[in-house]
Amino acid sequence: MLASLSHDMQTIGAMVRRSANELIRVPGAAIPGVLAPTIFFVGLTSAFGGLVLLPGFDADNYKSFIIPVSMLQGAGFTGAAAGVNLARDIEIGLFDRFLASPAPRWVLLAGTVLAAALRSLIPATVLLGVALAVGADFPGFGGLVIAYAAVMGMAVVAACWGATLALRYKTQAAAPLMQSAMLALILSTTAYAPQALLTGWLYTVAKINPITQVVDGARQGFIGSITWAGTWPAIVALVGFTAVLGAFALRGMRRTAY
Amino acid sequence: MVTALGRRSVLQTFRRPQLVAPLLIFPTLLLAIQSAGAGRAVDLPGFPPVESFFAFLLAAAMIQSALFGGNAAGIALAVDIEMGFTDRLLAAPIPRFAIVAGRLAGTAVLGSMTAVWFLIIGVIFGVTIVEGVAGALLIIALVTLSALAFGSLGAALALRTGSASVVQGTFPLAFVILFLSTAFFPQDLLVEPARTIAEFNPLSYIVDAVREPVISSLTFSDLLKGLAGIALVATCGVTLSARALERRIRVG
Repeated sequence: MLASLSHDMQTIGAMVRRSANELIRVPGAAIPGVLAPTIFFVGLTSAFGGLVLLPGFDADNYKSFIIPVSMLQGAGFTGAAAGVNLARDIEIGLFDRFLASPAPRWVLLAGTVLAAALRSLIPATVLLGVALAVGADFPGFGGLVIAYAAVMGMAVVAACWGATLALRYKTQAAAPLMQSAMLALILSTTAYAPQALLTGWLYTVAKINPITQVVDGARQGFIGSITWAGTWPAIVALVGFTAVLGAFALRGMRRTAY
Repeated sequence: MVTALGRRSVLQTFRRPQLVAPLLIFPTLLLAIQSAGAGRAVDLPGFPPVESFFAFLLAAAMIQSALFGGNAAGIALAVDIEMGFTDRLLAAPIPRFAIVAGRLAGTAVLGSMTAVWFLIIGVIFGVTIVEGVAGALLIIALVTLSALAFGSLGAALALRTGSASVVQGTFPLAFVILFLSTAFFPQDLLVEPARTIAEFNPLSYIVDAVREPVISSLTFSDLLKGLAGIALVATCGVTLSARALERRIRVG
């Protein structure tokens, strides 16, 4: 039992190393995941920075307010990219070889997902550096840990979603669906403004969208103090999403016949 | 020949979901989210009188779609070059300009279709086009011309590099240009340095010309500035495309 688990861990480690190798050999592969959220961050703060002047806006610095959203967006793109890479592996036949190996299906999924979680730290760190350089507030050690944990959790969710679609459609052409769904999920929250200032359909959707809890949890240290009451809903939301989407991805993997 | 290539370009776009997504899905998604997420922005002092933030952003969505359409046109042309289709056209007894003009005709048609799409969405969600039917037709014309202008830039890049991935790599630049214009917020409420850059960004004048018939009466000066912005982009795009095509024919 323990020997089997040890082999599984080694396989997961090998898949994570394979993902890291791609970054070392093709450094440009990380650029899209970094560039888009960075442009969004700088652009949104330039365009919507004046929103903090609205009565009831619970932050006085829009850069601090929006940076956790951009970090989560980077994680969403990175996770979706893991799905695109899986689709590419399916297209070129490499994934068939993985399936023919003695590695259990969950190990193949865990390797893909864990690699995405680790890779999401790159855009998050670049974005944080840019944000601090242009005047965002430092969230403190606790706030930073929570923000990074939320980023990794979001990448896991996005990777499970991407893997589900890759296994369903078996083509990289599904990439826009992987990315736009994550973008919609993250932005249909309190991303742009606090709940009380949202209008129309978004007011209701943000209230029931569990990712709102993740955004608010990751934001705590940037705009105020961190509390357990603000943290545990984010954990529950991420665990819940991971359980549901992970089950879908695993089902897709089990249904993929070699 | 231009009509045939234009038709091919439109059909090609609708057959590939990855080309349709930037044209319709992303701008519609951002319009829906930004208009509701930052909807209270209209209460800010200095915000121009407007029915809703959704009405204000409608023009931004259309021009965003035209920009992405230009990029998608460049990607499709670069794919044609990579696959050797353009070489076959160059060997055929057709005018060379038709290769680019056909692609741009398709881009213009797609531009007008997206303008109609956003006008329908706007009307469904309660936006009143202040300038009425004439204003709507003017909007469609301006967005079509904008798509043509942005398409010429995409074509120039495709002909110069011959690489779809290079053209695709410029996609985020579209967001940079958009954010540094008056597309999403009035100029006076932008944060520096975006406010100053927006003043010199031709896209600001194009978006304002498309927006004015929606939110207020369009003035001749706004229309002229918008057309000048489109003409500037188109002149750059067509000149660069002609040079790149000439070079491609010469070098091979």
